[in-house]
Amino acid sequence: MQNQSEQGRGNDPELMALVKRKASLSRFLTLVMFVTYFGYVCLLAFKPEALSGRVGAATVGIPIGIGLILLAWVLTGIYVRWANGAYDAVVARLKSK
Amino acid sequence: MPATQLGQLSPVAIAFFFVFIGVTLGITYWAARKTKTTSEFYAAGGGISGFQNGLALAGDYMSAASFLGIAGLVATGGYDGLIYSVGYLVGWPIVMFLIAEPLRNLGKYTFADVVAYRLQQKPVKTMAAVGSVTTVIIYLIAQMVGAGSLIKLMFGLKYEYALIAVGILMIAYVLFGGMLATTWVQIIKAVLLIGGATVLALLVLNRFGWSYGNLFSAVAKLPNGDALLTPGHYKVATSPFDLVSLALGLMFGTAGLPHILMRFYTVPDAREARKSVFVATGFIGYFYILTFTIGYGAAALVAAKFLAKPAPGTPGMGNNVAAPLLAEILGGGPFLGFLCAVAFATILAVVAGLTLAGASAISHDLYAGVMKGGVTDEKTEVGVAKIATVALGVIAILLGLLFKEVNVAFMVGLAFAVAASANFPALLMSVFWKKFTTQAAVASMAVGLASAVILIVLSPTVWTDVFHFASAPPVPLKNPALISMTLAFLTGFIVSLVTRDQNAEDGFEEQQMRATFGL
Repeated sequence: MQNQSEQGRGNDPELMALVKRKASLSRFLTLVMFVTYFGYVCLLAFKPEALSGRVGAATVGIPIGIGLILLAWVLTGIYVRWANGAYDAVVARLKSK
Repeated sequence: MPATQLGQLSPVAIAFFFVFIGVTLGITYWAARKTKTTSEFYAAGGGISGFQNGLALAGDYMSAASFLGIAGLVATGGYDGLIYSVGYLVGWPIVMFLIAEPLRNLGKYTFADVVAYRLQQKPVKTMAAVGSVTTVIIYLIAQMVGAGSLIKLMFGLKYEYALIAVGILMIAYVLFGGMLATTWVQIIKAVLLIGGATVLALLVLNRFGWSYGNLFSAVAKLPNGDALLTPGHYKVATSPFDLVSLALGLMFGTAGLPHILMRFYTVPDAREARKSVFVATGFIGYFYILTFTIGYGAAALVAAKFLAKPAPGTPGMGNNVAAPLLAEILGGGPFLGFLCAVAFATILAVVAGLTLAGASAISHDLYAGVMKGGVTDEKTEVGVAKIATVALGVIAILLGLLFKEVNVAFMVGLAFAVAASANFPALLMSVFWKKFTTQAAVASMAVGLASAVILIVLSPTVWTDVFHFASAPPVPLKNPALISMTLAFLTGFIVSLVTRDQNAEDGFEEQQMRATFGL
């Protein structure tokens, strides 16, 4: 019986759609982090003068570095907000069905 | 050289030091009564909240190297040192999006559980345990040698005594208090470190009239001011590709560190696991943003006096002293004492987490998983874990003595490179790729581990700086991750294509459902 209900869950179209949305959100956010970070790293490595422009006495590399740290935190925030909110609510509803 | 209390036994430092030891041993005594079963020893019974685990993750992760090392690196080398501040943080979103939930839902106590979930248990767990223990031991050597020289520098205590004190305390926390005591040591340390760094950054800003303009103007006026502020001087890497390799290792190493991954089993479910990554990323990110201010504050205020021309006969007065000297100039002797105690707490929290992760790999993966085929009684397995804890503690002390004269600064980088090459690729492919096979997992982990270690031995960091060979190092990269991580992924991919693992393929659907939804 346990097996059957597992099977049932596996075929539920609403659930499958949800799994897909979760996977694509994870992939999208990973890509954003990857591209921005390695964009920054490649500039630093191959074209450092692009980060050397001045903001007052400091270089633009400083706010950009801080910006990346903030971006990383915001991205995890977006994910946790969706997953612990809308996503968990649907999963709980489907599980109780 | 201006007078400094650094290296003398300051009463404030000793007072803070004993309060910290007293409180943490008290917690260990309390935790010991709640640490009987395997679940309690490895995972604090799964009873840690998301917020608590977030703080503990921060305490587990932020090492003295990142606090003292980055400040010194920026003070002397300028902007490029900040690649560590950014790189140490950007792995956390990766942990969140790809690793945390499958890890929590598929495993019991270690990441080897997850890699082996639908593969053959014995070969995969053996190799994963080898990867874990290697990462842990390399990281432990870096921390122990750092601890010995740091405590000697700060308190004037002999290197050997410092090492033995750290070793005994870390064994005591883990042996008696298991994950529960380790968690609270890490939480206390995270609060102390973040508080101490906040005060230090505020003192820097106060000195410059609460204006970043004034701070950076002061840095710009230094003789080497332009070089300090301008990115791209490669103080941290030998070439542009080496810098990319370093950045890669920092990002993906985080997602393969066994002592970090293990913490996801201390929370009750995936929901709390997600929350804990968000909390950890917030605290760690905040801390690394502070390192920008502290690093440039040290550049402006103490670097010229202490770091550019080290007084003769003061070996070790290198990068690590920038932050403590800054603390003394801005906050006086008491604040220096407090910060020295914080550095000590920082090291202890990290080595306790490492020891617990290493002991779990030995008792849960090797003893229970491989030798006993997954069937053990609680008491024996906890007993084996405790023996492994003591053994690892003693090994850490002995290796600390052995490596006393060696510059081990590269070892944290090596630990990250091994984690990114041996542990992370196999973990990722096992969770997400249906065709991944047992042989591919073993081969990927073996190639990742071997190539990271061999490449670093042949690199300037070991070939020239440790062995002092006159010939040019065979590998020009200081950071192996670009090559070793690629090799690990390629090996896993190719071996999967040429082998078949029907059981693994059949189990993929079930694994995916469980990874996404838990039980």
